[in-house]
Amino acid sequence: MTNAFTASEMMTVVAARALKSSDVCFVGIGAPSAACNLARLTHAPDITLIYESGTIATRPTVLPLSIGDGELCETALTTVSVPEMFRYWLQGGRITVGFLSGAQVDRFGNLNTTVVGAYDKPKVRLPGGGGAPEIASSCQEIFITMAMSQRAFVERLPFVTSFGHGKGRGDREALGLTTRGPTRMMTDLCVLEPDPETKEFVVVSLHPGVTQEAARAACGWPLRLSPAVTETPPPSNEELRVLRELQARTTKAHAGDA
Amino acid sequence: MTQFCSLEDAIARNVHDGDTVAMEGFTHLIPYAAGHEVIRQRRKHLTLVRMTPDLIYDQLIGMGAADRLVFSWGGNPGVGSLHRLRDAVENGWPQPLALEEHSHAAMANAYEAGAANLPFAVFRGYKGVDLPNVNPQIRTVECPFTGEALAAVPAIRPDVAIIHAQRADRAGNVLLDGIVGVQKQAVLAAKRAVVTVEEQVDDLAAPGYNAVILPAWTISAIAVVPGGAYPSYAQGYYKRANGFYIAWDDIARDRAKFQEWMTENVLKQGPEAFLAHRRAVA
Repeated sequence: MTNAFTASEMMTVVAARALKSSDVCFVGIGAPSAACNLARLTHAPDITLIYESGTIATRPTVLPLSIGDGELCETALTTVSVPEMFRYWLQGGRITVGFLSGAQVDRFGNLNTTVVGAYDKPKVRLPGGGGAPEIASSCQEIFITMAMSQRAFVERLPFVTSFGHGKGRGDREALGLTTRGPTRMMTDLCVLEPDPETKEFVVVSLHPGVTQEAARAACGWPLRLSPAVTETPPPSNEELRVLRELQARTTKAHAGDA
Repeated sequence: MTQFCSLEDAIARNVHDGDTVAMEGFTHLIPYAAGHEVIRQRRKHLTLVRMTPDLIYDQLIGMGAADRLVFSWGGNPGVGSLHRLRDAVENGWPQPLALEEHSHAAMANAYEAGAANLPFAVFRGYKGVDLPNVNPQIRTVECPFTGEALAAVPAIRPDVAIIHAQRADRAGNVLLDGIVGVQKQAVLAAKRAVVTVEEQVDDLAAPGYNAVILPAWTISAIAVVPGGAYPSYAQGYYKRANGFYIAWDDIARDRAKFQEWMTENVLKQGPEAFLAHRRAVA
């Protein structure tokens, strides 16, 4: 086993590390799903993973392509209806962590997955919010994972699909939101956390081999670094082995489902 | 017993031009065969309601069946865009499509309000986001007890709900099992309900005392269409065809390729085309 790893693997591993075995986690599809299942298969075996299709405490052996693949239901403790999922479990305040991704994010952790350009005359029509607007407001805290680029990490969002910290500290409280909002962002280059004073996301650790300049160049706003910035510990051999096996099983399974 | 009929008759009797139609199934049990029948019967000016339009509404929209879409997440799950939906919204092809866009929480609540015969749904949502600025159907009500501002959306009351289920017994009672989504709510919220099932059985063999069963008298018409959820799936019968969802990206990206696929696989076919996907008989 070589210690070499890709930026994408580093992102998934560092995102997985943010989760605890005691978490009840509402899982977004894509990058969050890989991170959440890697956590479950490594350091957080008792984590409760919930997908919006209604599956509670699911333990899939491969990553689902959709949020409603049959394996999520077959390996779940129980499966509830979608209204029950959103009313009792999410709105009911039972979820400790919501794990989201998006097409675009701003410095305050607000997300856009709706549209690029004007809503009525879009340049690019994106899928929309799905569960995210209420995941972002009802979970006790939000983790965000997505790859950094100038197109994705933008100065100003054309559309706010999911609310993070608005325009800064105090905006959530002003709306009557009692949850913490986005507390950590795991990217392919670095980990960011909100500055406690301003709620602007700042770099708290750079991944091995990533320079400050490289992180700044991939960000559409003037990226700031925490004075206490560190280097992210690289993926362990065990983390890489489990992740690669999971992805190999997944690719094989989906290719066979024609 | 009279409610069992062919899929062609079920759609002809229950889906009319201009209707508000909700074909539900949250990734699981999506009524593809019924959607194809609606396309074959050339229904027009529909308002299509569905939390996740999925490939089925991509197909209906691309074939010009819809004037309006009520939805909350319009992508190809795990793959990317719904290209026909995008082409309609971005370029008005084959015709313009009006959008009424919500979040999942809003639509789930709105279906439940419809089933409960309430005029609107109330929930905690849409705080700080832009959707209420572009959708006038999203409003706010004040809690009469605490003064809290809560989100309100109108109840969903479709003219017809269309769902797929695992099985129906001889009397027409229908069982759903697995990821059950919002189908029970959609059926009970609608004026009429059309159900396709994998099979008709003597005994529903419900998996427990609290199984999701829709009594026969809540359903307008049932058609037996084995494999009728493909490329979605029917838990216990066949798996989701993830490979087809991936392949659809390429088919739907190009207008001519899409039309050719629809002609060969929908317009020139009937419900029996789905037989190939049903559970392999032991």
